[in-house]
Amino acid sequence: MNTELSVSLWRGAQDGHYETYRVPQRASQTVLDVVTFVQRHIDPTLSYRFACRVGVCGSCAMTVNGKPRWTCRTHVAKVAGDGTLEIGPLENLPVIKDLAADMAPFFDKWQHAKGAFAPTQTRHEPIAPIKPDTTARKAADAAIECINCGVCYAACDTVRWNADYLGPAALTRAWTLVNDERDGGNSARLQAIAGAGGCHACHSHQSCQELCPQALNPTAAIAALKRRTVAAYLKGEIAV
Amino acid sequence: MNVRLYLWQRATAVVMAPLVVAHIAVIFYATRHGLSAADILARTHGSVAWAAFYGVFVLAVSIHASIGVRNILNEWLPLNERRIDACAVFFGLVLATLGLRAVAAVVLS
Repeated sequence: MNTELSVSLWRGAQDGHYETYRVPQRASQTVLDVVTFVQRHIDPTLSYRFACRVGVCGSCAMTVNGKPRWTCRTHVAKVAGDGTLEIGPLENLPVIKDLAADMAPFFDKWQHAKGAFAPTQTRHEPIAPIKPDTTARKAADAAIECINCGVCYAACDTVRWNADYLGPAALTRAWTLVNDERDGGNSARLQAIAGAGGCHACHSHQSCQELCPQALNPTAAIAALKRRTVAAYLKGEIAV
Repeated sequence: MNVRLYLWQRATAVVMAPLVVAHIAVIFYATRHGLSAADILARTHGSVAWAAFYGVFVLAVSIHASIGVRNILNEWLPLNERRIDACAVFFGLVLATLGLRAVAAVVLS
């Protein structure tokens, strides 16, 4: 094992640059540990975002040696075999400062994809019984563990090329709700994702499912949305 | 790409798939049997079947390719949607014109 890592970190906003730091290498060290070391021992002005440190909150995603990853669960030994790390903010999003990307466009697209649950009952009614073994429920459950880290969005070529594209996370969320029998917003949702920038813009490159830290498969969810919106269009339920 | 264009592109792909296979089979047949241009034109001249086969083929290609080109322009050039649509329609019309002209040449000549 190298005793020291050469770590290049993005400094500044959109027009910033990489600066290199020397960080001691340790056993079981994560990329987030490395960033935290720089902030606490070398330059306290370094900005980055994290919260839980255990892969639950989804706030520490960054670009690590060219690929978007959740840094708290990415071991240095896995991605920096030669002892060098290049860590930048997530791609396809504006840079606020250093390693912190502005997630606003990412969550705006959740709204555009009608990613909010549309209830059909009130809190005064009894809890709806949901059978866990139906086809629809299994499809909903498959993607419900998304932690909104933005890794899929940063990895997506179509997002890079098409600013209107809703992206893998928003569309996967839409697919979850399409399959939720308690939700009543499917008409508007299918309409929203059948237009330009919706599911049909996806090229199925599958970077999203390759890099998703939760091992979800947004590509499959988007393919299913393509079929569902085509059926709705042919039935005259949606128009473009 | 919206759902309507997606559907047109997939539907024309479904139409083209068997036509491409038949087209390649025709090429193999013509070369293996050493058919000259005159031999081929003698078979295609006045044929409603060949006119329909390649006429449908040309129209499917024109629609399919122009939607694909529209997608590429949308992702790679900073043009507004109206201009992209105009470019794609123009490209489709050029393909259809050239293709149908070729079909007319082998069927009507």
